[in-house]
Amino acid sequence: MVIDALGMPQSLMLFGGTSDIAVAVAREYASRRPLRVVIAARPSSLRDGTAAALEAAGCTVEALDFEATRPETHQALVEQAAAGGDIDVSIVAQGLLGDPEQAWTDSAAAIQLAQVNYVSAVSCGVALGAQVRRQGHGVIVAMSSVAGERARRSNFVYGSTKAGLDAFYSGLGMALREYGGRVLVVRPGFVRSKMTEGLPTPPMSTTPEAVADAIVEGIASGSEQIWVPKSMHAVMSGVRHLPKPIFRRLPF
Amino acid sequence: MDHHGHPRRLATLTYVTEVVRRSLTGWGRTAPTVAGVAEATSVDDVVDAVRSAPERGVIGRGLGRSYGDAAQNAGGVVMELAGLDSVHRIDPDAATVDVAAGVSLDALIRRLLPFGLWIPVLPGTRQVTVGGAIAADVHGKNHHVDGSFGAHVRRLDLVTADGSVRICTPDGPEADLFWATVGGMGLTGVVVRAELRLQRVESAYFAVDTERAGDLDDLMARLDRDDAGYPYSVAWFDSVTTGSRLGRAVITRGRSARADELPAKQRRDPLRFDAGAIATVPPGVPGGLLNRASARAFNEVWFRKAPEHRQGEIQDITTFFHPLDVVSAWNRAYGPHGFCQYQFVVPYGAEEALRTAVRRIARSGHVSCLNVLKRFGPGNDAPLSFPTAGWTLAVDIPARPGLDRLFDHLDELVLDAGGRVYLAKDSRLSAAAFARMYPRLAEFCAVRRAVDPDGVFRSDLARRLDL
Repeated sequence: MVIDALGMPQSLMLFGGTSDIAVAVAREYASRRPLRVVIAARPSSLRDGTAAALEAAGCTVEALDFEATRPETHQALVEQAAAGGDIDVSIVAQGLLGDPEQAWTDSAAAIQLAQVNYVSAVSCGVALGAQVRRQGHGVIVAMSSVAGERARRSNFVYGSTKAGLDAFYSGLGMALREYGGRVLVVRPGFVRSKMTEGLPTPPMSTTPEAVADAIVEGIASGSEQIWVPKSMHAVMSGVRHLPKPIFRRLPF
Repeated sequence: MDHHGHPRRLATLTYVTEVVRRSLTGWGRTAPTVAGVAEATSVDDVVDAVRSAPERGVIGRGLGRSYGDAAQNAGGVVMELAGLDSVHRIDPDAATVDVAAGVSLDALIRRLLPFGLWIPVLPGTRQVTVGGAIAADVHGKNHHVDGSFGAHVRRLDLVTADGSVRICTPDGPEADLFWATVGGMGLTGVVVRAELRLQRVESAYFAVDTERAGDLDDLMARLDRDDAGYPYSVAWFDSVTTGSRLGRAVITRGRSARADELPAKQRRDPLRFDAGAIATVPPGVPGGLLNRASARAFNEVWFRKAPEHRQGEIQDITTFFHPLDVVSAWNRAYGPHGFCQYQFVVPYGAEEALRTAVRRIARSGHVSCLNVLKRFGPGNDAPLSFPTAGWTLAVDIPARPGLDRLFDHLDELVLDAGGRVYLAKDSRLSAAAFARMYPRLAEFCAVRRAVDPDGVFRSDLARRLDL
């Protein structure tokens, strides 16, 4: 298995495999080519439903048990997935949003966010990096967030985990270059998905399908980082340089 | 002792030749992958590499002119063979040559011309090795008369998965292996030596007739009518212009020139050939130089610069066969994302599919400058050989978003017409479409399983096409 000249893979491994964005990417690829999908997620009816839906879309699906808070199991998980063939594209999409006020006042909540969003992303990245080196090719997609670009008062614990993930995967992309690997860091704005259900929708929000389209395009064109929507890139370039007294007063 | 009578080095678990980790692509510069690259300078090097092949296998690579992923092996070993370049024996009386498989056709032409000998099949570039020409079963402008490269191979030596060297001939005891290797994209073993049947020529020049065709139907009619009168025939067509001039073209056809036809200056030394590259495209050319506007201009100029009708013009090898060889590394002109070539053949009788394909390409918004249309003669006994009797068309298109959909549409069109896509040019075909295009695939797989049961020979192309 291998990614073809126009960026079409033959196999996907999805961490946090029930994520709306990851599943939308799988659907997009499956509409073009036969696709093997490994769903790494907790056993649940949601996982079963996702597997069934992707099978209905023509994918060959394998579901593996993935526990984000047990990083010591992640290496074996990747090896188990790779036993069935090369992993052309992997998507690191596990993540929690958490309650932002609890997250900075309750130590257990803060640690859980850090473990799921950052520590497990790091352990998955190390395991995937080893697989890329073995197979001599492969694209790793890491789900970062604009929240990681500058910590905001409203969700800075979540933002800090994404900042860590973003830095780790940006570096991993440089390290894997000589081994034929590529890393695509994805920085969406607010995505209307399961994760954000019930939250008020801010301006410039996007959808899982739009993020998936951007990921597919980013992989085909060899991008290393993308913002969704694209205009978020310019906005964040501005936001990053706002003086703090002004930034603090912004209404988000 | 090996088959040449040299003492054999002990097979070791480590490489005698150095293995260097390198990123490789095909000529189209798409889909890079990293492999351990080893340069072979002897048959023993090849045997050593095959015997110590890692889990992800080994594949041979010549001069890297396959457009896609045929000579890549991600995570495995790629054996570079262009160093295997001895010309063992030229036999002017029998008109044959015995060469190491890494010899380029360019080098071989230069060695053979002084004897008045000529390689019977030349593809669109001279910068391919003999081994690569066999593995892709390349064809040239004379396919309708002389067939493809494999038809002119009398014998080939193949290093197989067990590390032995097998002598294969087209009708001997290893005939099945011979024909599976012809067009087999390197997946039966590494061709290390070959004996070729040659043609005789009086000069290194060609007598060429050029004419223009006003549209696609005119083009096909002209080729149908007169091709039999020329050993060499090809048409360049305009792939951008739509409407009533869709498929307008320049047809160039010719034959090897007799010495007495040459102008006085060339007649003094009719077999002289000293072409070299006169320009190169620097690395780092930005994308987008080839766009809708520049491609339209190029197509217009290429059509206009050709004479409406000219007969018997004397042209040299480069002008007639390989105009692109003048610019080395011309593939860089397509910019950092590279390009894809799409070449297919549809049988005679499927002219409507050809018209539809040309229309789709012209209307797609994707631009191509190197557009070739030609009539093929009958195919040969090789199960994965590309040419079959019919129309073949090739276009070169920069890799851009949406190109996959155009090519997927063309795949369907080609499949419905009973045609196929050329693996040496391919970089994106699906395994399912490939299996339907090559109905003798099972025969090839049976031979390969017998000679390489553990899959020592592997490539990115093989992984992509589930071979």
